[in-house]
Amino acid sequence: MLDTSRTNNQLPALPGVGYKPQHFAEILEAPGPVGWLEIHAENYMGDGGRPLAQLRHLSERFPISVHGVGLSIGGEGALDADHLARLKHLVGWLNPASFSEHLAWSTHDSHFLNDLLPLPYTDATLTRVCDHIDQVQDVVGRRMLLENPSSYLAFAESSWSEPDFLREIARRTGCGLLLDVNNVFVSATNLDFLPQGYIDAYPLEHVGEIHLGGHDEDTDDHGHPLLIDSHGREVVDPVWALLDYVLDRSGPKPILIEWDTDVPDWSVLRAEAARAQRALERIPA
Amino acid sequence: MSVSQTQFHTALLDPASAVPQGLCDAGAQPAGRRFDVYRNNVAVSLTEAMHQAFPVIAKLLGTQNMDGLAGIYLRQHPPTSPLMMFYGETFPEFLAGMQQLSHLGYLPDVARLELALRHAYHAADSTPIDPQVLAIDPEALMAARLEFAPAMRLLRSPWPIHAIWRFNTEDDAPKPAPEAQDVLITRPEYDPIPQLLPPGGADWIIALQGSATIGAAYEAAAEQTPDFDLGATLALLLQGGAIISLTEQGQDNEPTRLDP
Amino acid sequence: MSNTAKTLAIAGAVAAALAGTTTTASAQAKEKCYGVSLAGKNDCAAGPGTTCAGTSTVDYQGNAWTLVDAGTCESMELPAQADGSARKGSLEALERDLPA
Repeated sequence: MLDTSRTNNQLPALPGVGYKPQHFAEILEAPGPVGWLEIHAENYMGDGGRPLAQLRHLSERFPISVHGVGLSIGGEGALDADHLARLKHLVGWLNPASFSEHLAWSTHDSHFLNDLLPLPYTDATLTRVCDHIDQVQDVVGRRMLLENPSSYLAFAESSWSEPDFLREIARRTGCGLLLDVNNVFVSATNLDFLPQGYIDAYPLEHVGEIHLGGHDEDTDDHGHPLLIDSHGREVVDPVWALLDYVLDRSGPKPILIEWDTDVPDWSVLRAEAARAQRALERIPA
Repeated sequence: MSVSQTQFHTALLDPASAVPQGLCDAGAQPAGRRFDVYRNNVAVSLTEAMHQAFPVIAKLLGTQNMDGLAGIYLRQHPPTSPLMMFYGETFPEFLAGMQQLSHLGYLPDVARLELALRHAYHAADSTPIDPQVLAIDPEALMAARLEFAPAMRLLRSPWPIHAIWRFNTEDDAPKPAPEAQDVLITRPEYDPIPQLLPPGGADWIIALQGSATIGAAYEAAAEQTPDFDLGATLALLLQGGAIISLTEQGQDNEPTRLDP
Repeated sequence: MSNTAKTLAIAGAVAAALAGTTTTASAQAKEKCYGVSLAGKNDCAAGPGTTCAGTSTVDYQGNAWTLVDAGTCESMELPAQADGSARKGSLEALERDLPA
């Protein structure tokens, strides 16, 4: 049984990193500025073994953020009741500092497609997503954070802007938001809008966590830049600048460095966390 | 024009099909290869998942063949659960059904071994018995029953799957010779270890799993394998922490079990 | 086999097994660290994990595939059965408590 008297019902406004098992020993020995860890919920839904043993051990030392990638909150079909039950079980025993999921879909016709797929921002989507979030918060028994996606294309049928859509979801469901600053930059580049304008329209008061990650560069059929949210390299300078723009308006927030492909040595990841720490320290009081 | 998730889903998995209308760039031009980003995300991530799930199959066949097979498999059998650690449950049967692989008859059983290792890795924890618990009066021991760890797995193959696994995972492992092999997977602490069972060992364990007493299981094994080496089988189980309870005759109480 | 012979055989086997496990058990106790896996095999048995990242790698695969010569199966030479009989029967996977 975990000690629930600790103030672990929210993440500290410090840098965190996405936990990778190869960093287990080094995180404990030399965490540097890293003040919390994020895990993907689905990787800790086995019955036992090393993953759960490591997580139990880490949770005694660090606040943990549980980040789901498989709930398919935007799915046209009903939420997977078995998966929701597994989530409830994990959040129940771990008592994490935060629980978050994505504004996306990934399951259709019982096929899990292992990607965060895009949604049209319409009234119908809004109703469906809000119903699903109500259900998640009801079953899991806590407020969740919803993350903005990286967009590679747009839906002609969309009638809402993404910031307005997220604001309305937060208003209707009471959920918080996870602001992925790299995703804003990627979407802005791909869909020709100003990232600062997005932040100006975005309800920063609901933000419980910020994500940062690296992206790759490609082009579309017409030679237009097409950035891809690959989480496989350092965060680029314009995204750090956009983070400063956000922090100036939001105040200090928990900031996660996501690095999921070509995972580097701990020292590289820790250096990214140190840069996030400097961004937090430069916020005017 | 609205795009349903059924349309999106269909086009995602079929590279030859047209990109659904109603998906566009910022200037309302058709999405074109922007849609391919999602196609790549799905296909490449699932192909990589298959490489991670079946490293020995990938080594046996080579990267190029594994990529090709994964490309077919992921479209015929997309994951049915967000628990990616168990992706590929139907891969053994898929391999068995591939005409071009029929001369490599051992592949399905090697894939089953890799699946079993993953299940053992993620299985519930359990506390092994102190081996000295077995040091009781031989008559009482004969009438006792054993319970095994949730992480224990047993595989029987007409192929030398243990030797094939070693040949592809260990340096300097000998070349596999044709023979049938039974493999016991135990998980002392956190790492599953596949070990070759001596002849008769699998019969003994199966009988015990069917609630036979140690004595009755021994008889069943020795009937099939007159020179059955119980000591060697027992040593593998004990070293692997695979025995979690011993119930003597007359003990009605359920053996203690750790809830997952 | 007589009951006495069986009892003796089992008692002998248990004694042998117990004699062989003592040292191993204490060696294992020392390595009781969640972070340390068997040398060089760090988490290879964990299998694939989830991703929430995209990829810039292009998938060139359609639905067609042709076996090319590659991989270690080339060097294994495992023909049918040593005794010449056809291999038959499939492996019996006796897996209990499989997660759904």
